[in-house]
Amino acid sequence: MSGTAVEDKELAVPKRPRRVLDLAERQRRLAWILLLPTVAVVAAVALVPLGQTIYYSFTNERLGSLTPGEWIGLENYRFLVQDTTFRSAIWVTVKFTVITVVVEFILGLLIALVVNSNFPGRGPMRAAMLVPWAIPTVISAQMWKWMYHDVYGVINDLLVRLHIIDRNVAWFSQPSTSLFAIASVDIWKTTPFVALLLLAGLQVIPTDVYEAATVDGASKIQQFFRITLPLLRPAIVVTLIFRTLDALRVFDVFYVVFGNRLDTQTMAIYAQQNIVAFADVGYGSAISLGIFLIIGIFVVAYVTTLKVEQA
Amino acid sequence: MQEETLVTIHDRRYLDLYRAALSGRLSRRDVLRRATALGLSMPAVAALLAACGGGGGGGDEATATMSGGTGTTPTTAATPAESPAASPTTAPSASPSGSPTGGATYTLETPPEVFNADAASQYSGQTITYYGDTVGIGGELDQQLARAFTEATGININIVPKPQSSTENYATYLRLFQAQSPDMDVMMIDVIWPGAFAQHLLDLTDAFREEAALHYETIIQNNTVDGVLVAMPWFADFGMLYYRTDLLEKYGFSNPPETWDELEEMAQAIVEGEQASNPNFGGFVFQGNAYEGLTCNALEWLASTGGGTLMDEEGNVTIDNPEAIAMLNRVRGWIGTICPRGVTSYQEEDSRNVFQGGNAAFLRNWPYVYALATGEDSPIAGNVGVAPLPAAEGFDHVGTVGGWQLAVSRYSQVPEAAIEFVRYMTSPQVQSYRAQVGSFVPTIPSVAEEAAVLEKMPFLEPMQDVVRVTRPSTQTGERYNQVSTAFFQGVNAILNGQDAEQVVPQTAQQMQRAAG
Repeated sequence: MSGTAVEDKELAVPKRPRRVLDLAERQRRLAWILLLPTVAVVAAVALVPLGQTIYYSFTNERLGSLTPGEWIGLENYRFLVQDTTFRSAIWVTVKFTVITVVVEFILGLLIALVVNSNFPGRGPMRAAMLVPWAIPTVISAQMWKWMYHDVYGVINDLLVRLHIIDRNVAWFSQPSTSLFAIASVDIWKTTPFVALLLLAGLQVIPTDVYEAATVDGASKIQQFFRITLPLLRPAIVVTLIFRTLDALRVFDVFYVVFGNRLDTQTMAIYAQQNIVAFADVGYGSAISLGIFLIIGIFVVAYVTTLKVEQA
Repeated sequence: MQEETLVTIHDRRYLDLYRAALSGRLSRRDVLRRATALGLSMPAVAALLAACGGGGGGGDEATATMSGGTGTTPTTAATPAESPAASPTTAPSASPSGSPTGGATYTLETPPEVFNADAASQYSGQTITYYGDTVGIGGELDQQLARAFTEATGININIVPKPQSSTENYATYLRLFQAQSPDMDVMMIDVIWPGAFAQHLLDLTDAFREEAALHYETIIQNNTVDGVLVAMPWFADFGMLYYRTDLLEKYGFSNPPETWDELEEMAQAIVEGEQASNPNFGGFVFQGNAYEGLTCNALEWLASTGGGTLMDEEGNVTIDNPEAIAMLNRVRGWIGTICPRGVTSYQEEDSRNVFQGGNAAFLRNWPYVYALATGEDSPIAGNVGVAPLPAAEGFDHVGTVGGWQLAVSRYSQVPEAAIEFVRYMTSPQVQSYRAQVGSFVPTIPSVAEEAAVLEKMPFLEPMQDVVRVTRPSTQTGERYNQVSTAFFQGVNAILNGQDAEQVVPQTAQQMQRAAG
């Protein structure tokens, strides 16, 4: 679409060479010229692979096979809708997403409010809180795996010393605790990021609004719900969309901690397993598009319920 | 699978240490202490120690000492090697010089003579691209051997380090094969890959007819796809049982467990006793995480109790039988009693850490643990024994085969030169060299019996009679990963509490469907 718009313009130029373009027209043209490299790059790195993935999902393409995949129509999708493993992967991922996004949002908002207020050492505090976010996930996941270890883990040691539990618990191994344990790893890592985004939102709220509210006799709680939250909505929307999409495609933390355990398999792990380990590019592509669709549903839900346009 | 452990090395510090060791500035003891501080893997440490030689003088021990020779390494009893039955058969007929392989002692700097130099020299000037071991001692041995080969034959070797992660490595080869690329001639192949890659590998049957007879038959069978030998065994791995000699003695057991019953009984007694002082003590640890390692463990449980080896020759899944179900439910009963609850998320290193930290009496693992658990800074050094894995009454002791092969790409433009290179690399001499210098387990029984090799790896002796069981990768070919995943996910679900009666039939069905 963008390409044709530019071509039309260029074809039109030689016909009326002397015409003086008005300012708006010239700026529009300049905008397209400046956008062109970006559009080309996006097309090359995003649209082409996406198109390729869509094509593969209708074939039985295999990695390492000498014969190119054949067109098999909707076969992969027919299998996908009956695939109980994929269904359980969706369920695991959605549960993980809900737990982490809710907790991260609440904690992140609290932290943002705290570091937005004036107190001594605020600068170092803001820097320090970003440390978990700065550690690569593969490393922090391994670190937490050891901390949660059932024999020599520090978390068990502390809880036993504090008499909260009477003997060590295998947090990651027991199906009943594994999802919460892994959610805690993600919460620890990502809350600072949420806090940072919300802090940026808080800082653009002008202080005179609060002064006026105080003069009018509004309590702090009223100020929070009537002023802070509504004015923070753009930042909240961005934060929630970011975090939800991230959580829905979670891979690294689960991969490091659980490997390919069936009851903790996320959508992304299932797709990676099919494409890389099983070399089944066709079915893997169908799974990827399934993930794409599910993420799309979440985005649409957010955009409509949170009224992003008005935000 | 354990290759990540084998090749993790901090290059610079390692090299410094290595040079110091070579120049004789450090004693073996010092080297060992520093090397373990660096967290070096067993082969790397072994190489350092080899570099130390006798701990004495300068670089003069950089000469191969044939047995019965002058013997610059006092630690080696330099007697000719000696199981009389073995030595005469060792030298391959391909070895033109008929050089003795029976008991040579090697150091890093002096790889074995290139016995097939005459045959290979006709390809002088050609260049072979070889996907070899990545870093550390494996990579270093590759360089030594390649240099020796090039000097003797005029064939150039371009060594490309293969990806460290097994999964990544697999995908890299797949892409090269898919492109029918001539840029890879010789490559390392995991023991479970011959089936998957067979269509891309050169037929080695005729070229290696005589040499193949020297190796363990199961590995040759594993590397033979539809009657065609596609890869030569290079080094091996197998599951074995580590145990704490002091704890066994303390609780009145004189020998390591022969059967699973005995293991259960011993572990129970030790756990009950030890938990009084250490509530986290677990009796037996293994690799229970949902990954390839669990397939290896579970294969041993089934094969040692009459539960079969996952698939028969024709590719029919055999796990749905009463023995297999009984054994899997039995293992499930161990979780949280004689095994720590967390064992269902352990991989190799998790289980080793529990054992080496003194928190378990028994450990199932690969040979690499030996050097680490008996190393100087190991809290349990001196109290570690090695035995074959237990089996049910009346069944053979088994160990799952791991390890790596060398293969030649079908798309190679220099196949003859590549074959000669593989012939040299997989020969008894080179395997003996790699065993002594790098602690790589030989795939040739007679090499495993050499005195110089046994001195480095004393655990090889009790493991001689163990039946090596292979995973069903030849029957399943490129579907192996899918079959194995269905299996280990099912077993992991059982270990996490589900009933094998219900899970096994489903798992068998999934495996069969995955096998196509």
